[in-house]
Amino acid sequence: MTSLKEKYINRSVEAAPLAVFRIFFGLMMFLSIVRFWSYGWVDKLYVQPKFFFSYYGFEWVKPLGGYTYFIFVICGISALLVAIGYKYRLAMLLFFLSFTYIELMDKTTYLNHYYFISLLSFLMIFLPANVYFAVDAAKNTRKAFQYVPVWTLNSIKLLLGIVYFYAGLAKLNSDWLLKAMPLKIWLPSKFDIPFIGDLLSLEWVQYAFSWIGAGYDLLIPFLLLYARTRIFAFTLVVIFHVLTRVLFPIGMFPYIMIVSTLVFFDAKLHGKILSLFARVLQFSKELFDTKRSWAPKSRVLSKATGRMLVLFFALQLLVPFRYLLYPGELFWTEEGYRFSWRVMLTEKSGYAQFKIVDGESGKWFYVDNTDFLTPFQEKQMAFQADFILEYAQYLKNHFEKQGHRNIEVYVDSQVALNGRLSTSFVDPTVDMATQQESFAPKNWIVPFKDEIKGL
Amino acid sequence: MASEHLNKLPLMKRVFAFALLLTALWACTSDDGGEVPPDGTPSEPDTATFERGTMLVNWADNIIVPSYEAFATELEVLATAFDAFKTDASTANLVSFRAAWLSSYKSWQQVSMFEIGPAESQGLRLNMNTYPTAPDKIEANMASTGYDLSLSSNRDAKGFPSLDYLINGLADTDDAIVSKYNDVDRDALIAYIDAVLADMQNLTKEVLDGWNNGYRDTFVSNDGASATASVDRYVNDYIFYYEKFLRAGKMGIPLGVFSGSSLPDKLEAYYEGSVSNELFLEGLSAFQDFFNGKHFGKSSSGESLASYLDALNELKDGESLNDIVNDQFNKAREAVVALAPFREELENNAVPTQMSTAYDEVQRAVPLLKVDMVSAMSISIDFVDADGD
Repeated sequence: MTSLKEKYINRSVEAAPLAVFRIFFGLMMFLSIVRFWSYGWVDKLYVQPKFFFSYYGFEWVKPLGGYTYFIFVICGISALLVAIGYKYRLAMLLFFLSFTYIELMDKTTYLNHYYFISLLSFLMIFLPANVYFAVDAAKNTRKAFQYVPVWTLNSIKLLLGIVYFYAGLAKLNSDWLLKAMPLKIWLPSKFDIPFIGDLLSLEWVQYAFSWIGAGYDLLIPFLLLYARTRIFAFTLVVIFHVLTRVLFPIGMFPYIMIVSTLVFFDAKLHGKILSLFARVLQFSKELFDTKRSWAPKSRVLSKATGRMLVLFFALQLLVPFRYLLYPGELFWTEEGYRFSWRVMLTEKSGYAQFKIVDGESGKWFYVDNTDFLTPFQEKQMAFQADFILEYAQYLKNHFEKQGHRNIEVYVDSQVALNGRLSTSFVDPTVDMATQQESFAPKNWIVPFKDEIKGL
Repeated sequence: MASEHLNKLPLMKRVFAFALLLTALWACTSDDGGEVPPDGTPSEPDTATFERGTMLVNWADNIIVPSYEAFATELEVLATAFDAFKTDASTANLVSFRAAWLSSYKSWQQVSMFEIGPAESQGLRLNMNTYPTAPDKIEANMASTGYDLSLSSNRDAKGFPSLDYLINGLADTDDAIVSKYNDVDRDALIAYIDAVLADMQNLTKEVLDGWNNGYRDTFVSNDGASATASVDRYVNDYIFYYEKFLRAGKMGIPLGVFSGSSLPDKLEAYYEGSVSNELFLEGLSAFQDFFNGKHFGKSSSGESLASYLDALNELKDGESLNDIVNDQFNKAREAVVALAPFREELENNAVPTQMSTAYDEVQRAVPLLKVDMVSAMSISIDFVDADGD
């Protein structure tokens, strides 16, 4: 037990990999923010819309109108500070808070990748990533350390491993493996991609992509862990992520993952990377080679951090399985779907028409969704029950303010999942105005007509 | 052979070669959705896959351009009928002018859905058919000397709806209308109709010229699968037309489904009063014919959304989506055919139940198109330029 603890937690290792990880993470995040801003997405996604979909319990997190840009400024600057390792802990905390705030503003834009960044940046607050090759360490050599306890690297590896492995587990279902869905829909539409476009419409290619994709996700953490398979695994990582980048619009994420997996390599590589940086920036890396090992400031702090991380990872392992507490097909109801590394699993779209009934006069009319939602919001709303409910509540309040009384809201919705013909999604006889959001199962979702086997 | 040669390479070199290939692949894919070289080189015939390019050619050459040509001809006939009425503003000439108006209005229903390319840049639909028309504005325009029909503020004072007012709505009887054209206002009325007709003909000519001088080739050669490719863009426009103009504009809004009470004065051809159904049905048939790739004015047909769906082999519930969509169009048609003129339905029934039921049938095609069809084709509706998972 003690030897295991020594091997995976306390053992001192070179701090270089942690420093490299910090630098790349900061730079990638800075570029992501710049890219996001330059595409005009801040305005389009967070300033223009009249209404925002909130996460349950985070209704108070809203965009700040024109000041929303300010949050992005904080986020971008703190990312740069993280990269250079200046006032690292504060910068990391600010980055985590601002980035997470941005993600919580509107769940329309939810992406597993963004959730991953939030988790990673939370974890990094507790890592001594500024003791080596960082401005903090350079300004005060008492804070410069050449070695760190191995848990600091292992916690990053564990988080990456969970992301991949759970993404693999999620693919172990009959739609993905036995029907090659949704790749069977997506791949043929990429016929105009050079070299491989023609192949993508072949059925065996769609099955091959599905099975190899699932196998890749499940195995890659282990292949990266073992020295003998590491180079092979990294090659796979590059191939896989470049392919996904070519096939799907997933922005910066592939690059972030490729760079993140460098953390699995041993310190020699990172030493070389840092030497290169040092040469470009024209200063000596030797400054940081103090031969000293970093340790938490006190035993209490060390214990607290340890407990916190155990709790953090326990949650990471459990949260994706919360869907087991809900009845019905997960892909259909999406109760417990988010925050679980279910990436690119479904081709889903829907149509939702809201009927407003004046309970007193019996008069009714349909809502033109474009009056309230952006096309993106409407699209996301139409097949996700929590969106439908929140929007229905919003409509109720809106029309009550206009003087209507005893408003009832009914939804006529059709949803298509993974190539199945669309069917009714929400019980059209249930008055949404009387329903409340909660963690309880939403019994007004019409049960799925088919069956998807698997995890 | 190349593969044998590759086998002799050391592992790292092979990995490198593969990485190079991937990089090339990646470099060929642009960041923002991708653009297809507009040289129109058709890809090699592949029996297994559906050729979007062939469908685009069928759309352009056999449906869209012939429909515009027929419409332009109809507008000429309309202008000729007006010339006769101008010379002799008799009741008989009014009746034949009105018949020409209805005939060209029906022809319009065949092209209204093609709001892409030249029609989109002209804003053809809004310029031709914004209703309800604004009689006050028309009267004010006629009273003033200089009015500019090309102003967007005049969209509800021109096009087919303005003619509806000017030949059906000036008075209650044909004799009373004709007398207006033989009275003090004669010159102003004639001049105004002349201006409206000229505007309609010019716009149509420009759109047709646009298709004949370049846009057809642009349209057909942009045969890729990105959000900016012709099929993706047009399918979006096509569905938008069904939802917004056919379903909501011609039926839903007058029926009051978005407002709570019926609004007959928002009907298309409100002043004529009895042809709104015909215009709707004409539009529905044109829409369905387009779905099936039926050649304009012929019984033959070519590659279409219907055959695309068949090719994708989207067999669901043992029935093809193509059949399900066509069945729904047919049901909608039957329901609307059974109705009295929309204006009567709305004005004679406190609760226009039958028209509501018919509207529901029209509505039912929307999710089939907007959810099932586009999802089968992997076409993104209202393409959002944002990252995915």
